[in-house]
Amino acid sequence: MGGRECQAVLSALLVEIMENQAKSENWEKVGRPRRLNFLEFIVEKGIFFISLSAIFMVLLICVFIFKEAMPIFLGKANSADATEHIAPADMDKIPKEKLRSHLGMSPKEFAATPPENLRMILEVRAEAKAEQQDSPESTLDTTEWKYILKPFQWSGYDKPENIWQPVGNVHKYNIWPLVVGSLKVTIIALLFSVPISLLAAIYVSQLAPGKTREVIKPVIEMLAGIPSIVIGAFALLSLASFVDTWLHPTHRLNAFIAGIALGISVIPVVFSIAEDALTSVPRSFLQAALALGSSKWQAAWHVVVPAALPGIFAAVILGFGRAMGETMIVLMASGNASIMSWNFFQSTRTITATIASEMGETVFGGHHYSMLFMIGSVLFVIAFVSNLAGDFVMTRLKKRMEGNS
Amino acid sequence: MSILKEQEVARPEMDFEKSSKDTGSILCTGLTLTATLLIIAILVVIIGNIAWFGFDKFSWRFITAGLEEQMFDVERAGVLPMILGTTARVFLMTIFVLPVGVITAIYLTEYSPKHSVLTRIIRGAVNNLAGVPSIVFGLFGLGFFINFIGSNVDAIFYPGSDKVIWGKPALLWASLTLAVMTLPVVIVATEEALRAIPSGLREGSLALGATKLQTIARVVMPQAMPGILTGAILAISRAAGEVAPILFTGAAVFVPSLPKALNQEFMDLGYHVWVLTTQSPNVDKTQPLLYATVLTLLILTFSLNLVAVLIRAKIRARMRSVH
Repeated sequence: MGGRECQAVLSALLVEIMENQAKSENWEKVGRPRRLNFLEFIVEKGIFFISLSAIFMVLLICVFIFKEAMPIFLGKANSADATEHIAPADMDKIPKEKLRSHLGMSPKEFAATPPENLRMILEVRAEAKAEQQDSPESTLDTTEWKYILKPFQWSGYDKPENIWQPVGNVHKYNIWPLVVGSLKVTIIALLFSVPISLLAAIYVSQLAPGKTREVIKPVIEMLAGIPSIVIGAFALLSLASFVDTWLHPTHRLNAFIAGIALGISVIPVVFSIAEDALTSVPRSFLQAALALGSSKWQAAWHVVVPAALPGIFAAVILGFGRAMGETMIVLMASGNASIMSWNFFQSTRTITATIASEMGETVFGGHHYSMLFMIGSVLFVIAFVSNLAGDFVMTRLKKRMEGNS
Repeated sequence: MSILKEQEVARPEMDFEKSSKDTGSILCTGLTLTATLLIIAILVVIIGNIAWFGFDKFSWRFITAGLEEQMFDVERAGVLPMILGTTARVFLMTIFVLPVGVITAIYLTEYSPKHSVLTRIIRGAVNNLAGVPSIVFGLFGLGFFINFIGSNVDAIFYPGSDKVIWGKPALLWASLTLAVMTLPVVIVATEEALRAIPSGLREGSLALGATKLQTIARVVMPQAMPGILTGAILAISRAAGEVAPILFTGAAVFVPSLPKALNQEFMDLGYHVWVLTTQSPNVDKTQPLLYATVLTLLILTFSLNLVAVLIRAKIRARMRSVH
């Protein structure tokens, strides 16, 4: 802002203050700091309390994600078929509250459903139950940790396997296929995006002439502005067809497609953090290297990059966190089949896509609902830890660089 | 060490021009430049692809039609309800997030002691909020706004009513969820704008006898307006394109009317893209619609972003000239 502009603003303020003081006729007070009046005191306290809202929100997210997942953590959820069965004929004899919990309805829903509909639901259940009698697994509580974390030999399989399949009468809740799916897609995304973004960050921060930098930086920031659903649609419609023609993958939509699309959305994250880290290296480092006769790229590669290494590390960590948490791209481009395999060209299903696609089918407060919140809390912890780590590294780097400059 | 070795062999008459033109230099510059150009190429390919295929069905009629029940009819479908739904949720979100974000940024730059523990915790919380996956915000909206606040509002204010009024997905809950999600965007942008204001201006105001609050309200804030605007625009464009947080908190496949009440479900542009890829009776036939919808969303978010980037570039340039 120009000096003249500053002057205009300040002189307008001075005139106002003088006028106020002339009105109150307290001329002797001019020049002395005015005491804070009560209103200002209140407003400043208000500012303080509102600024705590970010902390408050993080705590709320933490509390409510874990609260809804609590039945799984405490072992209170039970996916086993209700052992006691309510025959449609007995409907009027049992207490209403018991009937409600048996049907898994919220009090509102229960009150809104007419009795004949309730009877119908019970009849449908009775029929389904009669058909399933032969399955011995319907009495297993699959929400126990041993089923979540260890392979189990389900009927119809010839060896113990990790399966996520929360449908039918036996809900299989093994989380490993989802974790492997998420990691697989994330690894492809990082392999694709990290080298490109780091090289681009080196170019933009060290080698590019000033004018070029001013143009390129906003252009790459534009990439961050493309909504993930648009990248997802691009991957689904065009990228998938392109890869299908050239590489002939097992499935048209697979981990590779999702990984590349995810990589596109991670590029701006890694780029901007790495660029930030590289520019935070003091100019004196670069100048010293140039003064010793090294060329621009030698200075960049041997002096600036090693100094900014922790920041580059932070960029990769934060990129990892972002890739693990991205939803719409993987939901559209990964094929969504929960197959436990490290094959990059097979359909895959990630933690995020599972939550997004299955939440609509769950019963409020049921075991499937709690289970989705449980994997959501796993996701939250992963994001929290990677953020904390990235942040920690970045703050330390900046502090060190400030000390050196 | 390699620098020293090269120095030994370098002849004294070698000038800067020559030293920056050896093979290593060309290779390295070429490699990094290629990577940079690749990123720009990706951007161009995505935009070009969407624009090329989307332009076919994109028309004035397409963005102003769609009140009837012809979502999947290639000739008659339109996206007006989706545009209005997205606008409504983003508008509400801005009302919620802007005051909180701006005030937090004011506290962080103007009031808080720079290295106090509390400041660091607030900054950590803001950074963490920025890194929470969007689907987790969706879960949070479902668990907190709908199942906790909504159900309790129903239980307290409408006891005995057998209709669910607030304890269900709704426009209000979706926009509140998005407000929590975009809080860090607003805070960071506002902070940047506040820092770009020279401290001499504040000191001048204080020296004239203004209180701190007067200084902030009359001197700092008007100067920071472009930056705050940038923050708001960035938050809006981010929120307009997000789908994951509204999956369970308010978006619906089809709503027969335009958004009217806060407790109504709504149709949404981004969510409609998802609907067209999954619920369409004939995916190949409705593909032009899908492209056109994506193009509409892209134009919406991109024009917002372009404005934000331009304002931001101006602020950064000003900051550089001041410091």
